[in-house]
Amino acid sequence: MQKIIFNLILLTFSISVLAQEPATKGVLSGNLQFDGTYYTDTLSQSQRPESFGMNAYANFNYTYGKFSAGLRFESYTPPLMGYDPKYRGTGIPYKYLTYRSNELEFTVGDFYEQFGNGMLLRSYEEKMLGYDNAFEGVQIKYNPFQGIYIKGLVAKQRNYWEYTGLVRGLDAELIINDMFKFKNTELPYFTLGGSFVSKYQDPQHSSLNLPGNVASGGGRASILYKGFNLSGEYDYKINDPSSDNNFTYKEGEALLINATYSKKGFGVFFSAKRLDNMYFRSDRNASGTNYLINNPPAIAQEHTYALPAMYPFATQANGEMGFQWQVSYKIKKKSLLGGKYGTKITVSCSKVYDIKRDSINDYTAIGEKGTNGYQSDFFAIGDHWYTDFNVKIHKKFSKKFKGSLLQQYQEFNNNTFHVGTYHDMIYSSITVADMTYKINKSNAIRLELEHLYTEQDKGSWAMAMVEYTVSPHWFFVVWDQWNYGNEIVNDREHFYNFSFGYTRKTNRIQLSYGKQREGVVCAGGVCRYVPAFEGLMLSITSTF
Amino acid sequence: MIIVTIIKKTIKLQTNNILKAMRKLFLSLAVILFITTVSTAQIPSVQIKTVDGKPFNTKDIKSDGPIIVDFWATWCKPCVKELNAISDEYEDLVEETGVKIYAVSIDNARTSARVAPFVNTNGWEYEVLLDPNSDFKRAMNVVNVPHVFIFNKKGELVEQHTSYSEGDEEHLYELIRKLAKE
Repeated sequence: MQKIIFNLILLTFSISVLAQEPATKGVLSGNLQFDGTYYTDTLSQSQRPESFGMNAYANFNYTYGKFSAGLRFESYTPPLMGYDPKYRGTGIPYKYLTYRSNELEFTVGDFYEQFGNGMLLRSYEEKMLGYDNAFEGVQIKYNPFQGIYIKGLVAKQRNYWEYTGLVRGLDAELIINDMFKFKNTELPYFTLGGSFVSKYQDPQHSSLNLPGNVASGGGRASILYKGFNLSGEYDYKINDPSSDNNFTYKEGEALLINATYSKKGFGVFFSAKRLDNMYFRSDRNASGTNYLINNPPAIAQEHTYALPAMYPFATQANGEMGFQWQVSYKIKKKSLLGGKYGTKITVSCSKVYDIKRDSINDYTAIGEKGTNGYQSDFFAIGDHWYTDFNVKIHKKFSKKFKGSLLQQYQEFNNNTFHVGTYHDMIYSSITVADMTYKINKSNAIRLELEHLYTEQDKGSWAMAMVEYTVSPHWFFVVWDQWNYGNEIVNDREHFYNFSFGYTRKTNRIQLSYGKQREGVVCAGGVCRYVPAFEGLMLSITSTF
Repeated sequence: MIIVTIIKKTIKLQTNNILKAMRKLFLSLAVILFITTVSTAQIPSVQIKTVDGKPFNTKDIKSDGPIIVDFWATWCKPCVKELNAISDEYEDLVEETGVKIYAVSIDNARTSARVAPFVNTNGWEYEVLLDPNSDFKRAMNVVNVPHVFIFNKKGELVEQHTSYSEGDEEHLYELIRKLAKE
């Protein structure tokens, strides 16, 4: 009898497995990434006595019906140069279990999250930058009715191999048109959102009366109508004395406005931002990129070529205000100026200033510890920090030949940011020509020439890159950046690189030799951020 | 075919042996089906946005024809090259094969507002999605961009590849045409 029952159970199970839809079967997927460098320069060898730096990651994700689980194994043996030595070691710092139904998603373990534009809360990973501020705790996403999206989390935060601190967050987004079921799709599309984020850290024994709980909140709204999109976000943080603001009690504020208009062949973009005392960390004594809860987006443009990124301007969360705009137009194909395939012209500009800080009274210095810090007129402008103005033309001349030309003017306040070695303001004029010639169906050669002219800092630079690709598997790249304009003849350095690689489906292997500055490198068919290195580097990536 | 074999086999055996054989057979079938699931991988459910900022769940990536999910970014020059190259052929390809391309931008809040003007100026007809915190990128195990996933008419993952070199799009067109005929 028992045997029959057992067999019936097994039969039922087997039939149910056979009858199930493909979506409810278990699926295993993941990826691997390995970057190893053998260092040949004395500085790296002194900091990495092992002579090698190796970062490796492997993600495994398993999905079965409404459940998914996964983990990531990380290994820094030792970490590559450019990565904090605190990463040294191996382990599984990321693991999660998620349940997903139509309205509810529930995660326990480690996860990432962003509220709005990330000015109050953004946890993300960028492995090549060594950035990972994952949360560990509970995350809930709930979509109770059409058009209403609620998110909540209570978690600790990752810092290298530890998770500490305490963050609580709640975010709601209301899509007005969906909530009230507007049938007319010609109507403007409204979205409203609000966030609340609070952190707790033991006030500890301090001569100052430090707040244990620090709350922040904000709202956002957007309107979409035909080709127009207008959105804004305002955030406010109560007093948050920390090492970033010299333990002052001033509140923090952030405002971001984006406006765009586009239609086929034409686009306009404008963005304005102001930050005032908006570092928000789980640990008030932390610095650098450690324990950051938020990540306000940078107002200066992202540069995708090497020399324009020589003097990069990063977000100044303590205070900054600025704007950027861009107009792009594609001259129609078969017109006089457009040529056979059309020509795209893009003009853009970004400008960033410090906020204006005034003392709160006659006997308190600006930013004096234990006081309210300073006061700042919302619309008053402080020091000029950064400007860039760019014109870019892209044209496909024939089936075989296409190219881009970029001209940029840049002003960088080196007195405040010390990226360059000498001088206060660095004025540079940068030209980039990027041309691709298709030899035949599967062979192509690309030439990239860049020039940075400046009379300040280390003087002018020139760069040339040649990339030869054989579709679909092979690539060969060689480039050199030369500081030929340096007044000190012995310092006219070359940053050179020889790379080649093989790609097949999702497996990519690349070998590089040279002396390279850090930055985004678009070569060998992909764009990736690479840390500075001098030596031999092997990179392997795969997705399965 | 498999069902016919089962019936023939069971008629020949006695009651106890019938039960024993059936158990073994169903168990192995269940195990085989359980293991060989990677080839029928489907798109995970992730909440992201359309290019206009409207909410979009990736479970809604559907089409009657083959589907392509292409991860790109405005700062990724090979990605833009690939999508520009396909753009010239896209209209004809859609007419011929019913393919639908979802171009998922991983631009974060710094550059995501620029995506719509960028796409429209280029005249791309793809369905463009925004993944500003890389949630979908992470769920699909993407490491570098560009990364392209090709699904057949049934929504099953057929092929995926990373990197773009001039001429790679020819292989993509071949594969799409082959999947459209199935």
